[in-house]
Amino acid sequence: MKRRDFIKATAASAAVVCGPETALARPNLEPAENAVGMLFDSTLCVGCKACVSKCKEVNSMPPVIEGDKLSWDSARDLSPKTLNVIKVYKDGTAESKDQEVDGFCFEKRSCMHCVDPGCVSVCPVTAMRRDPLTGIVTYHADACIGCRNCMVGCPYNVPQFEYDEAFGQIQKCQMCNQAGVERINNGQMTGCAEACPTGATLFGTRKELLKEAKQRMAMKEGEIYNYPRGDLSKPDHYHEKAIPAYQQHIWGEKEAGGTNVMHISAIPFDKLGMPPLKERSSASIAEGVQHSIYNYLALPAIALAGLSFVIRKNINEDTEDQGGNS
Amino acid sequence: MSAYQPVGGKYFTRPFIFFLIVFLIGFYFMAERFILGMGSISNLNGGFSWGIWVVYDVVIGTAFACGGYAVALTVYVLNKGKYHPLVRPALLTSLLGYALGGFGAFFDMGRWWQFYNIFLPWHWNFNSVLLEVGLCVALYIGVLAIEFSPAFLEKIGSKKLLNRVNKMMFFFIALGVLLPTMHQSSLGTLLIAMGHKVHPLWQTWQFQPLMAIISALTMGFSIVVFEGAFVSVGFNRVSETPLLRGLGKAIVGLLITFLAVRFSLLLIQGNVAYLFKGDMASLLYLLETVLFVVPIYILISPVRRANGGKLLLAAISMLLGGALYRFDAFLLTFDPGPGYSYFPSMPEMMVTLGIISLEIMVFLIVVKTLPVLPREKHS
Ligand code: SF4
Ligand code: SF4
Ligand code: SF4
Repeated sequence: MKRRDFIKATAASAAVVCGPETALARPNLEPAENAVGMLFDSTLCVGCKACVSKCKEVNSMPPVIEGDKLSWDSARDLSPKTLNVIKVYKDGTAESKDQEVDGFCFEKRSCMHCVDPGCVSVCPVTAMRRDPLTGIVTYHADACIGCRNCMVGCPYNVPQFEYDEAFGQIQKCQMCNQAGVERINNGQMTGCAEACPTGATLFGTRKELLKEAKQRMAMKEGEIYNYPRGDLSKPDHYHEKAIPAYQQHIWGEKEAGGTNVMHISAIPFDKLGMPPLKERSSASIAEGVQHSIYNYLALPAIALAGLSFVIRKNINEDTEDQGGNS
Repeated sequence: MSAYQPVGGKYFTRPFIFFLIVFLIGFYFMAERFILGMGSISNLNGGFSWGIWVVYDVVIGTAFACGGYAVALTVYVLNKGKYHPLVRPALLTSLLGYALGGFGAFFDMGRWWQFYNIFLPWHWNFNSVLLEVGLCVALYIGVLAIEFSPAFLEKIGSKKLLNRVNKMMFFFIALGVLLPTMHQSSLGTLLIAMGHKVHPLWQTWQFQPLMAIISALTMGFSIVVFEGAFVSVGFNRVSETPLLRGLGKAIVGLLITFLAVRFSLLLIQGNVAYLFKGDMASLLYLLETVLFVVPIYILISPVRRANGGKLLLAAISMLLGGALYRFDAFLLTFDPGPGYSYFPSMPEMMVTLGIISLEIMVFLIVVKTLPVLPREKHS
């Protein structure tokens, strides 16, 4: 191979990787057929944090006490001890609920159980897994090496590593379905949905939840709606309430391939700290690039053969005329 | 007779003792990390789970260690035999840089006691870029050790083994060119999955591997220039400047490609506006560009290129530029979202400095003991 050919070949393989076709190499993953999830309706949340307590109970985690609020869990963000947290949005005088200016509202943070999860895509040892049936994203400490790529690869900063333990692990919401808890497999709903008094956190299949969200969105502001509570397939309670001024946006319908835990709200999601995501998942782009280079290791194998050939020839020439080549 | 010879001299010089002390301080904190957990000495948090241990020790450290890669590419693939004297010192720094990068990665593993899982095929996730990086780096450390082994075999006089290794060497050199091409580009690919957390000025999506490989090559070449110049000053040896000068031309080509691709991407991907924001990101981008332009300015003129001091300046500027490029993308402009910030703690930095000191100490010992540096031509 001549030097020019070598450079040409290199440029050609760069074109294969960077060309527009790789960007299309793999579309976003599709939702699991029977994906289960939750719908969080911020306009129903009263900030009672019953879900935070219940989550700790289900996952056997201690409450986090900040300041003097001894009677209640006051964790402010996700941590290895807090898999679910209620955050407060406040603006100006914070007079009325669900109002962007001079208003306030509550927002839930827990794993979104992405349809195309970044954490699963980046984990080198398959310690994060998306269940093929339910779409639930679980974590498996026996495989995990603690590289924490899942943390940087999650758009929502959900996985949390136990930095303060000598032998720590990752903690994240596993939709109450990790080995030993398995609420979903046992036909129960998630802990947080069960505990929520208003139905702000509603459990169900992704399909049904999406339908429910669209139904609420389609109604006129002020109309009376019968809000279900608990498990959408068999609600244990309904209550009537006027439809608020919803943003016409279901967070998680499309964002980065969508999520099984979806949010609706009267306040724009960027105000509530949701990340600036596009419809295409980063994981799908990364995997597209990776697979165009490494599919069946074909490209590397060809390169290795070519390099071996050239190098062997060059070394032999070199020993023949004692380094006279330049 | 080998073209290389040991430098000789005593080991415990003053600089050596200085590096030893730095290493011992770092070692103290490393021990603390294993006993009390990472949180006890680092500022890593939920948003910044990769701090300087990953970003410096692995992402930048291995790029600094691309000298062996760059020289092998020049000498054996592009058949520029005259650069041969640079091969061994470059291989040694690569071996050390990668071995300690590997150690840094192990050290950073939250669940280090089952780190071996990454070598067990039934755990592999082929979608993971980090898997490729991990396996490829591990393999490359072995390849570097074999590529460097003749220095050791010559020393102990094992002719038979030496012959056998030399016969197979073409294959290991080929691997030694292929593997860094793979994992150095993958280090860039790692940024893709981080999506919006990577600043738009650095998030080039499917072009990440291209940017990463060019920056790795330029850093590899310039570390060779830098080392060559440094070794000839530090050990009082005949200057290798004439040799190094030629490499300068290759660097110019790479640097211009890097800048050209980068600016075109800004235009194509519609991120030009971020350049004029006047915030930290735009200033860092500007600084990087200056650090890339300075070596072009120096190396493009035959007169400036012939000047050893200027050559050194170009190499340093380029090294800093490449390092800053990676630092900026992975850490300085990395934004996981509101509520998270990161600055490395003192012990965190001491650990990294300790690892660098160890690298320098081993380098000094090895070049004094084994035939690594080119035999001096008495003229
Ligand atoms: S929110 Fe994060 S942790 Fe949860 S599934 Fe998505 S990527 Fe994984
Ligand atoms: S920390 Fe564990 S779960 Fe997360 S990416 Fe690394 S190995 Fe996978
Ligand atoms: S689904 Fe379970 S683990 Fe997840 S936030 Fe709700 S209660 Fe916590």
